[in-house]
Amino acid sequence: MTTTWNKPLPSIAGETKPFWDSCRRGQLVIQYCEDCDEYQWYPRGICADCWGENVRWVQSSGRGTVWTYTVTQQNRTTGFAEMVPYVLALVELEEGVRMFTNIVDCNPRDVHIGMAVEVTFQTATPQITIPYFKPAG
Amino acid sequence: MVDLRRAAAIVGIHEHVTRYSPDKSELQIQGESVINALNDAGLTKDDVDGLFTASSSIRNSGMNLADYLNLYPSYVDNTTVGGGSFEFHLSHALTAIAAGRINVAVITYSSLARSGGVSVGTGGVGRFGHPVLDPSPDSFEELYGLTTVGLYAMIARRHMHLYGTTSEQLAEVSVAMRHHASMNPEALFRDPISVEDVVNSRVISDPLHLMDCCVITDGGGAVVVASPEVARNCRHTPVWVLGAGEAIAHQGAGKRDLIYIAAHQSSPRAFEMAGVTHDDIDMAMVYDSFTITVVETLEDLGFCKKGEGGEFVSGGRLQVGGALPINTDGGGLSSNHPGMRGIFLLLEATRQLRHQFDGTGRQVPDCKIALAHGTGGALGSRHSGGTVILARD
Repeated sequence: MTTTWNKPLPSIAGETKPFWDSCRRGQLVIQYCEDCDEYQWYPRGICADCWGENVRWVQSSGRGTVWTYTVTQQNRTTGFAEMVPYVLALVELEEGVRMFTNIVDCNPRDVHIGMAVEVTFQTATPQITIPYFKPAG
Repeated sequence: MVDLRRAAAIVGIHEHVTRYSPDKSELQIQGESVINALNDAGLTKDDVDGLFTASSSIRNSGMNLADYLNLYPSYVDNTTVGGGSFEFHLSHALTAIAAGRINVAVITYSSLARSGGVSVGTGGVGRFGHPVLDPSPDSFEELYGLTTVGLYAMIARRHMHLYGTTSEQLAEVSVAMRHHASMNPEALFRDPISVEDVVNSRVISDPLHLMDCCVITDGGGAVVVASPEVARNCRHTPVWVLGAGEAIAHQGAGKRDLIYIAAHQSSPRAFEMAGVTHDDIDMAMVYDSFTITVVETLEDLGFCKKGEGGEFVSGGRLQVGGALPINTDGGGLSSNHPGMRGIFLLLEATRQLRHQFDGTGRQVPDCKIALAHGTGGALGSRHSGGTVILARD
């Protein structure tokens, strides 16, 4: 299927490439520091907590809860103007880190803080697959 | 730490009163503001040795401003951390003056946010066409339609969830600011409003309504900061810098509790340096990009406990005559908000400490000590917080 993705696309650096490669395989990965036992988000080439270098990729359960959210009614940006109302949220993964996302596949009015959600993926381009969250099944 | 109290003073101010200025460049507005602020101080172009500015639209703002003004400053700082940049500038100017590097600093800013048609709050980075995103953090955020108002709305939603804060309480902030604006002939909006007006205005990003959001205007201004030796010979009573604190709040590797904002870090630093307590503060200038910004800032500055901000802002407490008058010019919610508003906090605090409005309802009676807190960026992602404490003799 050919689609035209009219929303922004990520740029990929060496330190973030494993994340985007995993998304393309339908897996959400985050980073874990062997030295200080901390998870971190967003992915980076150092441990943001102890500044060590023993950061490894681990598969997230892909499950979490809505930490907070807003139902966006106005956004003039191409790609999002057509989407309103949409839910911008911070989801707290079971591993304890929070990431920006959209809550999809549900009525925005049904979203609430603490709501159980799970990751879902959308293919943007042959190279880029983007993680979103939907109500847990 | 070296005692920096009263090591520098605000001696000259100018607010460019325009709210819509399609026929002037940003640099012209800054130039006119600097000239008028120096006149206000009784100083001249030759006295200026420090130049401080921030811009989100002028490339290399420090260099280009020096060129436009035909100045050769020995100290230049274009720290740009969003709306709070100018509280950072005052903090930096204090240090530079105390160290003897400079004697007279000019801080200036302008923006054509309104005539330029910038949808500051409701356009993402792609409002002028999708740019190439930085690999991080943008590539993990801008995919999801972040807006400035949305990033504040998320924190408002969390605040309501944790503490029971209501839309009506947030609306009280807008009502108080409009009351002050009604006494400011330059304010963009001056007709009184009610809590009902605010909560019945359309939702921009739930739970924030149109009237929970600041206005968008053109505008600019300048502040002249000087050493004590220079300050004592200027036209007006000096407005001394007692303390300054700076902070950045960010995602903290995905683990920061974002309900605490940068003011939580910057406020203790400023109060400790100033050697004053909250009870000593006669009025405050609190960055009011959105109503929730004021509630969160007052809590994290320490004027009330975390979670009690909704109650604190209600019942007229923020108005002149109330427990803590704030934003007596009408604030960003009613007076002006040209992109980054932090410089206007310094201007109105100085006017209050000069007792410029004596005999009118806008003057905070016997105003001796004022606090200004600038917030720049977004509460939900990352932002700056600059706290300064100012006093008259």
